[in-house]
Amino acid sequence: MIDLKTLTIEKAHESFVKGEFTVRELVDAYLVQIKEKNETYNAYLEVFNDINEQVIRAEEMFLNNTATILTGVPFAIKDNILIQGHVASAASKILENYVSTYDATIIQLLKKQGVIFLGRANMDEFAMGSSTQTSAFGVSRNPHDESRVPGGSSGGSAVAVAGDMALVSIGTETCGSVRQPASFCGLVGLKPTYGSFSRNGLIAMGNSLDQPAPFTKTVAEAEIMFKILSQFDPLDATSISVENRVLKHSQISKKIGVPRNFLNQGGLDQRVLENFEQGLQKLRDAGYEIVDLVMPELEYSLAVYYIVMPAEVSTNLSRFDGIRYGHSSPGDDLLEVYMKSRGEGFGKEARRRILLGTYILSHGYHDAYYNKAVSLRNKIKQSLDKAFETVDAIATPTTPTPAFKLGEKMDDPVAMYLCDIFSAPANLAEIPAIAIPSGKTEDGLPLSFQLMAPRLREDVLFSIGKEFEQRV
Amino acid sequence: MCGYTSIMQLQDVKKIAQLARISVPDEELESIAKDMDSILGYIKQIEEVSVDSPIGESALINCVREDIVSNETGLYTDSILALAPHRDGNFVKVKKIL
Repeated sequence: MIDLKTLTIEKAHESFVKGEFTVRELVDAYLVQIKEKNETYNAYLEVFNDINEQVIRAEEMFLNNTATILTGVPFAIKDNILIQGHVASAASKILENYVSTYDATIIQLLKKQGVIFLGRANMDEFAMGSSTQTSAFGVSRNPHDESRVPGGSSGGSAVAVAGDMALVSIGTETCGSVRQPASFCGLVGLKPTYGSFSRNGLIAMGNSLDQPAPFTKTVAEAEIMFKILSQFDPLDATSISVENRVLKHSQISKKIGVPRNFLNQGGLDQRVLENFEQGLQKLRDAGYEIVDLVMPELEYSLAVYYIVMPAEVSTNLSRFDGIRYGHSSPGDDLLEVYMKSRGEGFGKEARRRILLGTYILSHGYHDAYYNKAVSLRNKIKQSLDKAFETVDAIATPTTPTPAFKLGEKMDDPVAMYLCDIFSAPANLAEIPAIAIPSGKTEDGLPLSFQLMAPRLREDVLFSIGKEFEQRV
Repeated sequence: MCGYTSIMQLQDVKKIAQLARISVPDEELESIAKDMDSILGYIKQIEEVSVDSPIGESALINCVREDIVSNETGLYTDSILALAPHRDGNFVKVKKIL
């Protein structure tokens, strides 16, 4: 019997090498879990039918000594990441039968490692949501309490790992879509520096914000994933070049900043605040100095995000028109085909955001909303850059509350958006951030601690993160 | 709500939906207008803060690659056309445009 609850990438690799269990035995153990649990939790939209071939390839890599630390590790992949020959629907009716014609760059990198793709994971439609309730294919449920949401938009990916239905999973972030479900499901979620992981082969939502991002149980595993997936890609115009990835190592100050003024936003739960204070104490115990920061610009982060993102959404999603691929409704003329295909194919939240973006970018509002938001985004970036001159990292809770009930917040879009208030600064400023489990509430709901670091300083997150993790 | 003025009128939603090429059933217009109002109400807070510099467009660089064929001709034709809702040989079939 393999203990999946405590299994990590390193332990699995060691067991493969020592012959304690085989890749096939591990994969079978996960498939048993999926069979038992997926009907309830809806982590996977599809379990792949080519797993056997993938297992054979991985086992061959162990036989000819070409295996790496990830060879044979079972993954769940969010449904907006392209794997050649498999459906990638972004949990939308409009792409229900879309078959990927190529591999995303991060999928190619994982294939080289010989990982096993178990299936595609549920998500909010087009990654628009914070609870996986906007999926066109049913909600996912939180493994810690099935009456609650797993968070989103990468909810299925989080449930797969938290529910022992995969060892690792890949989600995508536009504004907390990995950190927030990691927080709700008790996992580590790493949002890497913008441009460090390739976006080639991701179904785009907000191009200037999107990044693929891993879910793991531990910080060390997040570090393994970062080392493998952080690669320059000529197919992504915003990928950071090889020469710009070289770090000028700055002095470590052993100081961590807390933007106190920002914490009052979003209806912070008392239990979350207490847990956060305990987390800060753990870092003091580890020899860090905690300093208060005043960063008024951060308070506008979510408002800026809800201008920049819909603007990019309305542009990106214009490609889904019922002509070249995807859902197509019959109409008398071309305009009617467009209108009906898009009206019927997109769910409510996707339509809402496309309309909002169209409005924001329309004549007369472009300056007041979009241009101003872009200027404010620069201010937020500058304010964070300045803070990082004196502190190594900035800490906040990952989310204002623990996981909420299914159905909650569905008729109040702003309340739903506020779940991501502490996520927005990192996406807007293109900096890395990590969500680390920090304990549980009395009724067993996971809580989470967030650290942000300067661009390309994931190493800071890993080193502080590991010290934090040991003390939880 | 007291003192509440709505930003979005039903005809505004209709107009935007037309621009965005999305059909919206009449019975949904009201709830979309209400949702957009509450979101616009939230993002309006950016009006409170002043920004000194307009966005620096000079910082933008062109990163488009040279327009050269990098694939073997026809390599993806079949897999891409297989996804088209209406196909006629090696063409995607659409409604008459002119």
